[in-house]
Amino acid sequence: MMLNLDFAFLTPAVLSGYVVKGFIFSIQLTLIAMLGGIIIGTLLALMRLSGKPWLVMPAAAYVNTMRSIPLVMVILWFFLLIPLVTGRPLGAEMSAMITFTLFEAAYYSEIMRAGIQSIPRGQVAAGYAIGMTYSQTMRIVVLPQAFRNMLPVLLTQTIILFQDTSLVYAIGAYDMLKGFEIVGKNFNRPVETYLVAAALYFIISFSLSTLVKRLQARISIIR
Amino acid sequence: MGRTGLNWDWQVFCKNTIDGEVMPRCFGNGGEITYLDWLISAWGWTLSVALLSLFVALLFGSIMGILRTTPNRGLVFLGNAWTELFRNIPLLVQIFLWYHVVPSLAPPLRDVPSFLLVVMGLGLFTSARISEQVRAGIMSLPRGQRMAGLAIGFTLPQTYRHVLLPMAFRIVIPPLTSESMNIVKNSAVAFAVSISELTMFALQAQEETARGIEIYLAVTGLYFISAFAINRVMHVVESRVQVPGMIGGGK
Repeated sequence: MMLNLDFAFLTPAVLSGYVVKGFIFSIQLTLIAMLGGIIIGTLLALMRLSGKPWLVMPAAAYVNTMRSIPLVMVILWFFLLIPLVTGRPLGAEMSAMITFTLFEAAYYSEIMRAGIQSIPRGQVAAGYAIGMTYSQTMRIVVLPQAFRNMLPVLLTQTIILFQDTSLVYAIGAYDMLKGFEIVGKNFNRPVETYLVAAALYFIISFSLSTLVKRLQARISIIR
Repeated sequence: MGRTGLNWDWQVFCKNTIDGEVMPRCFGNGGEITYLDWLISAWGWTLSVALLSLFVALLFGSIMGILRTTPNRGLVFLGNAWTELFRNIPLLVQIFLWYHVVPSLAPPLRDVPSFLLVVMGLGLFTSARISEQVRAGIMSLPRGQRMAGLAIGFTLPQTYRHVLLPMAFRIVIPPLTSESMNIVKNSAVAFAVSISELTMFALQAQEETARGIEIYLAVTGLYFISAFAINRVMHVVESRVQVPGMIGGGK
């Protein structure tokens, strides 16, 4: 076995020239899709739990459709359809942000639905009993508890989301992986760059999931 | 793509992939193929990648999941390390590692077709999730089961073989079903290393024909059908192996 690995070309200048830009985009994409996805996902979950067929059906159809299509195909679909709707191309990066927000909303909504369902019925009844409206009961009583119960799961989904951002490769958006790929091509050292990229993704995901585990332990003590 | 409203053109699938002529019977003959021919062969590649990866994933996932429940610390560490390693690197990056890195680090693997490298990549990625589920399944059994097995004189492997695993595998069938459906969806990533599967077909045929919506609809539909078929098969398996008297076990 001949190991001819040489990482010397990966100088700070090379990294900041190619990789940092992509890294920032990957983080941006993750955060935007997380925030947007949780907000839309919570609305979808409320729709599905509303008991009104005209709200339940579209929300369920949306969530089930998104969850049964490969993410890569969803990315391609949006990249194809957004220009048809808006009339002009938006660029791969913008398209990725819209896609991931709407796609992740489906997954976050399932988590929020489980979270809301884990709240005892008496809490809702208590909210109504002291004169709160539906939206007040949800906002002040149910959702804060649901968020706290589901926080570890929401964060775990976000780590998966962070890993999935690498799939913007399909439409050529400039993310962290793309940055490494370009370095690998320019220096003709794909083996080393892919190894470093994998190590970086691993370190980020592993430390985040370790943090989530700790958080989970803490939350479960409080409860 | 200058279309106004919805102008469907499903004839696109009957077109020859070389000169775009519409073929009379929608299938090519001789050396020519139509987009329909190509779509069907792409579906075959998707199913082959998914099913072979599922086999790899079940094999390694079960072994690693079992190791994590043994009393031996070294084996537990091995199983944990395996799971963390394959769970915390994005699938696409793992596929690139198998395609670009593994063959140059291990020269004997240089002649392995990229199809098999993708199967290993997708299989081992999924094995991390399956190991979690198998572990959870075994841990969910009452402690007494293991003790009873050992107490009547079974060795540890025998206890697993005859007492723990028959129960644990039945318990984990539902999560394994959704993981099997995930593997169909995740096989889409194989396009990145030029496997001629459905997503690769979608990208290329869309470019050649400018009929993206029809092409994507067909491909999306086939993904639906494939995942649904796996779901049905797993339901049959689940009802065949159920033990009367168990929760969810039946009548």
